[in-house]
Amino acid sequence: MTSERKPFLSIENLSQSFSGLKAVANFSMQMEEGELVGLIGPNGAGKTTVFNLLTGIYVPTEGSILFRGEKLNGLPAYKTAQRGIARTFQNIRLFADLSVADNVKIAYHQHVTHTALSSMLRLPGHFKNEEIMRDKALELLKVFQLEDKAEEQAKNLPYGQQRRLEIARAMATEPRLLLLDEPAAGMNPQETQELMALIRWLRETYKLTILLIEHDMALVMGVCERIYVLEYGMLLTVGTPEEVRGDRRVIDAYLGEEVT
Amino acid sequence: MRWTKYLIWLTAAAAVYGIVYLLAHVGIVSRFFLLTMVQICIYIIMALGLNLITGFTGQLSIGHAGFMSIGAYATGIFVVTFGKPVSAALTELWGDRGVTDVAYYIFILTSLAVGALAAALFGLLLGLPTLRLRGDYLAIATIGFGEIVRIVLLNTKALGGASGLPVKQSVDWATAYWLMLLSVVLVYNFVNSSHGRACISIRENEIAAETMGINTTKYKVMAFALGACFAGLAGGIYANHMYLVHPNSFGFLKSFEILVMVVLGGLGSVTGCILGAAVMTIMNNVLAPFPELRMIIISVLLVVMMIFRPNGLMGATELRLPFRRASATGAEEGSGHDL
Repeated sequence: MTSERKPFLSIENLSQSFSGLKAVANFSMQMEEGELVGLIGPNGAGKTTVFNLLTGIYVPTEGSILFRGEKLNGLPAYKTAQRGIARTFQNIRLFADLSVADNVKIAYHQHVTHTALSSMLRLPGHFKNEEIMRDKALELLKVFQLEDKAEEQAKNLPYGQQRRLEIARAMATEPRLLLLDEPAAGMNPQETQELMALIRWLRETYKLTILLIEHDMALVMGVCERIYVLEYGMLLTVGTPEEVRGDRRVIDAYLGEEVT
Repeated sequence: MRWTKYLIWLTAAAAVYGIVYLLAHVGIVSRFFLLTMVQICIYIIMALGLNLITGFTGQLSIGHAGFMSIGAYATGIFVVTFGKPVSAALTELWGDRGVTDVAYYIFILTSLAVGALAAALFGLLLGLPTLRLRGDYLAIATIGFGEIVRIVLLNTKALGGASGLPVKQSVDWATAYWLMLLSVVLVYNFVNSSHGRACISIRENEIAAETMGINTTKYKVMAFALGACFAGLAGGIYANHMYLVHPNSFGFLKSFEILVMVVLGGLGSVTGCILGAAVMTIMNNVLAPFPELRMIIISVLLVVMMIFRPNGLMGATELRLPFRRASATGAEEGSGHDL
């Protein structure tokens, strides 16, 4: 890693307290553009809190987040999204009553250029933008093999497809950094395999940088280049999958030992 | 192809207009019928506005009559202040000819715009501080707003106070009808656009919407201001048709009545709230001779409704032309089969 350039993402001494409880304490991490990094740790270690801090849902108590040289602390969530950070949610948060296509279109909304008035009067700008939006949405749905479900209500999709739709929706914001919060939760091994291929493919195709939280070690060890391990809101260690897997502290805190 | 749908609707709208016009001309329909028609138009516009706020954006507002009274008073004051001088100036300019009437009609339309804009301004002013509140708290704040407006108007001598503000009748059923149709088209176009979907995403999941780059505050305030704008237009039509604007016509119960229309028709359905407003207004008028039974019958009907169609008459779906089936992006054929 070179320290000459501005880092893609740089988190320094990040802390978040909820009235006395320190959910995240002095957490620092660096990411280079194009990296695929994992964030693991026991339940309640503060992984999702880190995501919420990165996406502006929480304002950090202390520390700083620099994304491509810009400070993100205190920016509202929609502005961090517009800076190029997109995420999925651990507990699925789709727009349940809307169609699959509409879910994706809403995420693309920040890129439209026409005003509400031109939509109300159906001026040419409305049709032009809606057309671009529809094409983009269908294109993404094709990538995620959801195009035949475009008109279905999101809540009627099977669980695995809802997870895929969450990623598709995040991709519609056209992010540079994608945060995946337990993307494989509830998936069977076959689906997890497909998901791994999809994550790799996304990263190649869209030149994405990806940070993911996951409990499925096969997935984490399989796709991540570096892994950060959190425990009690603090960084336990960071390293390659091999280093982390062999680390005594990680085994004690999280991975556990095989019974012989 | 894009416009065929509009042409069909326009033809249907013109046909309704023609039939009512003919019947009124020949004298088959009564004045009471035409009054009911104006009332239906006013309440459809009101319900459309509230549906934008509550049905589509998911912000519970129970102060909609407050916006209506602001529109009614703004229009009323505009007409009372400038009506006579404008009318005199026009007569002097063109004499007693058709041109004068047309010019005065344009003046009346301007007065409606003034009412709508005044209400929108108040929607903006109320929306900015209160839209941080969620659910019940926002509802309470909007009730408070409605009551404050009513009491301030009731105690302002310059605006007629408790005796109300008399305004000459200068809007007939035809104007109300066409303005209602215009409102329907504008609201329908809004909710079926990217901006409308941004509002709906707030209703569906506010955190997800915000994370997907939707400026939720902006869209909540926009929905509030637009909804207030339509309420102001409805108030303006009311002022120009009903001879008298009185603060107590726009109380808490009126706000609630509008909410019932929207819920009855279906939160998040444009055609639903048209249906809801029409059904409620007709019921109110037909049952007017039996005041002691009226509220009982309406409540029973509402209870039955909530048991058999808890999502309202239309749910969140729209009534569509039967031959136009689902397109690549349009919603599916909707007849509210969501039981």
